[in-house]
Amino acid sequence: MSLSKIKFDKKIILSFWIILIALIIAAPTLLPVFRLNLLGRYLSLSIVALGVDLIWGYTGLLSLGQGIFFALGGYCAAMYLQITSSSEFPNNIPEFFALYGVEKLPFFWEPFRSPVFTFFAIWIIPALVAGLIGFLVFRNRIKGVYFSILTQASLLVFFNFFNGQQKLINGTNGLKTDVTQLFGQMVGSESMQRLFFWITAFLVIAAWFFAKWVVKGRFGNILIGIRDDEPRVRFTGYNPVIFKTIIFSIAGGLAGISGALYTVQSGIVSPQFMTVPFSIEMVIWVAVGGRGTLLGAILGAVFINYAKSLVSEALPASWMFIQGGLFILVVTALPEGVLGWIQGDGPRNILQRFGLKRKIETYPSLEVNNKEGINE
Amino acid sequence: MELLLDSLFNGVAIGSVLLVAALGLAIVFGLMGVINLAHGELMMLGAYTTYVTQLIFKLPILKPFYNSYIIVSIFLAFIVSGVVGILLEKTIIRKLYGSPLETLLATWGVSLILQQFVRSVPLAYGTGLVISLLIGLFLPTTFPSKIKESINFKYFKFSSWIFAALTGVLTGSVISSSVSKLSRASARNVDVTAPSWMRGQVEIIGTAFPKTRLMIIVITLISVIAITLFLNQSAWGMRIRAVTQNRQMSDCLGISTEKVDIITFGIGSGLAGVAGVAVSLLGSVGPNVGGNYIVGCFMVVVLGGVGNLLGTVLASFGIGIMTDLIGAGRLLSIWPDMPLPLSNTINFFATTSMARVMIFALIVIFLQFKPTGLFPQKGRMVEN
Repeated sequence: MSLSKIKFDKKIILSFWIILIALIIAAPTLLPVFRLNLLGRYLSLSIVALGVDLIWGYTGLLSLGQGIFFALGGYCAAMYLQITSSSEFPNNIPEFFALYGVEKLPFFWEPFRSPVFTFFAIWIIPALVAGLIGFLVFRNRIKGVYFSILTQASLLVFFNFFNGQQKLINGTNGLKTDVTQLFGQMVGSESMQRLFFWITAFLVIAAWFFAKWVVKGRFGNILIGIRDDEPRVRFTGYNPVIFKTIIFSIAGGLAGISGALYTVQSGIVSPQFMTVPFSIEMVIWVAVGGRGTLLGAILGAVFINYAKSLVSEALPASWMFIQGGLFILVVTALPEGVLGWIQGDGPRNILQRFGLKRKIETYPSLEVNNKEGINE
Repeated sequence: MELLLDSLFNGVAIGSVLLVAALGLAIVFGLMGVINLAHGELMMLGAYTTYVTQLIFKLPILKPFYNSYIIVSIFLAFIVSGVVGILLEKTIIRKLYGSPLETLLATWGVSLILQQFVRSVPLAYGTGLVISLLIGLFLPTTFPSKIKESINFKYFKFSSWIFAALTGVLTGSVISSSVSKLSRASARNVDVTAPSWMRGQVEIIGTAFPKTRLMIIVITLISVIAITLFLNQSAWGMRIRAVTQNRQMSDCLGISTEKVDIITFGIGSGLAGVAGVAVSLLGSVGPNVGGNYIVGCFMVVVLGGVGNLLGTVLASFGIGIMTDLIGAGRLLSIWPDMPLPLSNTINFFATTSMARVMIFALIVIFLQFKPTGLFPQKGRMVEN
């Protein structure tokens, strides 16, 4: 790496941060409530995308079941909100129970009376479930396509379970949160939504730094090793099962946080969060943004969802075509994603095509260093 | 006894739908290591083919043969899904060879496009498009070898594609003007009505079996026998088995793996189409019809292991029978006075969706003991 390049990067990074923080602080005043709410939701989705990037971009595990953990986080948050705002309903339990003639709170609701428990449950429960599923699968060296299919099947299993259990968690109707109370205010109110937006923005940045920390150093190197050649990692004396289980449960935890934030901002959690298409969409955000680039996952999640809402408003039928095309395009033509393409040789290749940049004739990295750093 | 027979029949009926749907998937997965997420949508195309065939057979010219439309539609569905599959292989999957996860995502993209396609394109023109694909892909291969080897072959190819496009547009407009139901795009589900000879029930040993279910079992049986014969008796079948066992070695010995890939993918997709015909007999046909079956198919492939059709057969019937046993709570009726906690548990799982939960749990437990399925491929290679 040449010196000038590092300096250049630092300047960009600093200005990037200043602009970013200014935007986050200003966003609630600049954007109308509807758009702000959308942006907040998309930002919360970028946290689950970070998790997908950790397991897919860095470790090579394509999970098609992140929706499970996303929804679990959402349900944890919603259960707490429902139960704290249920004092005026019969039997002091959430309103929907009366519809099914349930008079006693199911046992697993009880702990959610406590805010402290809920705060931890939102990320620990999904992480534990992910760890358990991951361990059972990885232990048998099930990987690749098999792993993807099994995660998808478990997604369907959870969907069926949550969808069918009216008496336990209101089944297909889901749990509403926007009319519940938190800190004496309505969750769906404008001031609360603004607060949630800031919390989300803060947590996205925190999650980004956390993910960066995870992939840095030896742990990250082993993850990349597992992605590139797992038998070799095993023969070197590491046990890939442990690393894979840990990273999968980290991704599960991130998905849980993301789901909770998404739930409070969209006003409802329902088994729809566990449908197959939604979980595969999460992968495509990362694929488009650039896998193995954490920033790419965040940007991919926000921009694709924004594009989705814009296109769906204008031409509802065409989004499926665009999305399908995006899947095909990104894996065939742009396997590194947009950010990976920019960081790699992409722009240089384009410039060369128009004769704006001299063609590289030797090994690229040597040429780059010579031109921009050492000789000048 | 009667109860057991009933339960067994239901299980076999569920299993045979799974089997015919999973058969193509298993063959392709065994050969190329690729899971085709668009498999469900290829089934959907097969189901729509049945619907289109049915409507076309209602035209005055074909009315006398109306009762045989279901037989014709099996072949047509095989061709339609096969052609779309071959196109898919030629344009996308071939480029992604060696990266199965990317293939997974790309085929998901294809499935989204196919779903939206049947929603927003009139079925008549969809039929026209398939016909033009069929001509465009296969006409050049029928040319004499003299033309094939000449430098001008690409012009011949090009002109045959133009011919194909014209024929497609022509058929599309002919169908759209003669069958009004096919001339408009609609996202609504459509219904296939079974011909009169397939309605009603058959009584065997005092138990009534619906004829459509029996028909599906027959379709499955024929597909399995045909594919087994093809794989074991024909020259191409032998090549397919060779490539499944060892791709590099087969390539070295002069087998065109490219052709093997196309043929296998075409047959696998065609079988999805046949499964679509079976599915269309069970309920209404809509753009999402494939999604209901696809995860079951994946489970069959995971459970059955690759490279062995027997595994696929056993796995699908196993899953089918278990689904019926658990989902209908039949254990309770077979053994009425079982202890209370056990019967409560069984009642809890006695719905179709909860049966899926239970079966998945059983499969995961099974995989703890046999991670590579019922019949793993033997070999001493390190994985990857």
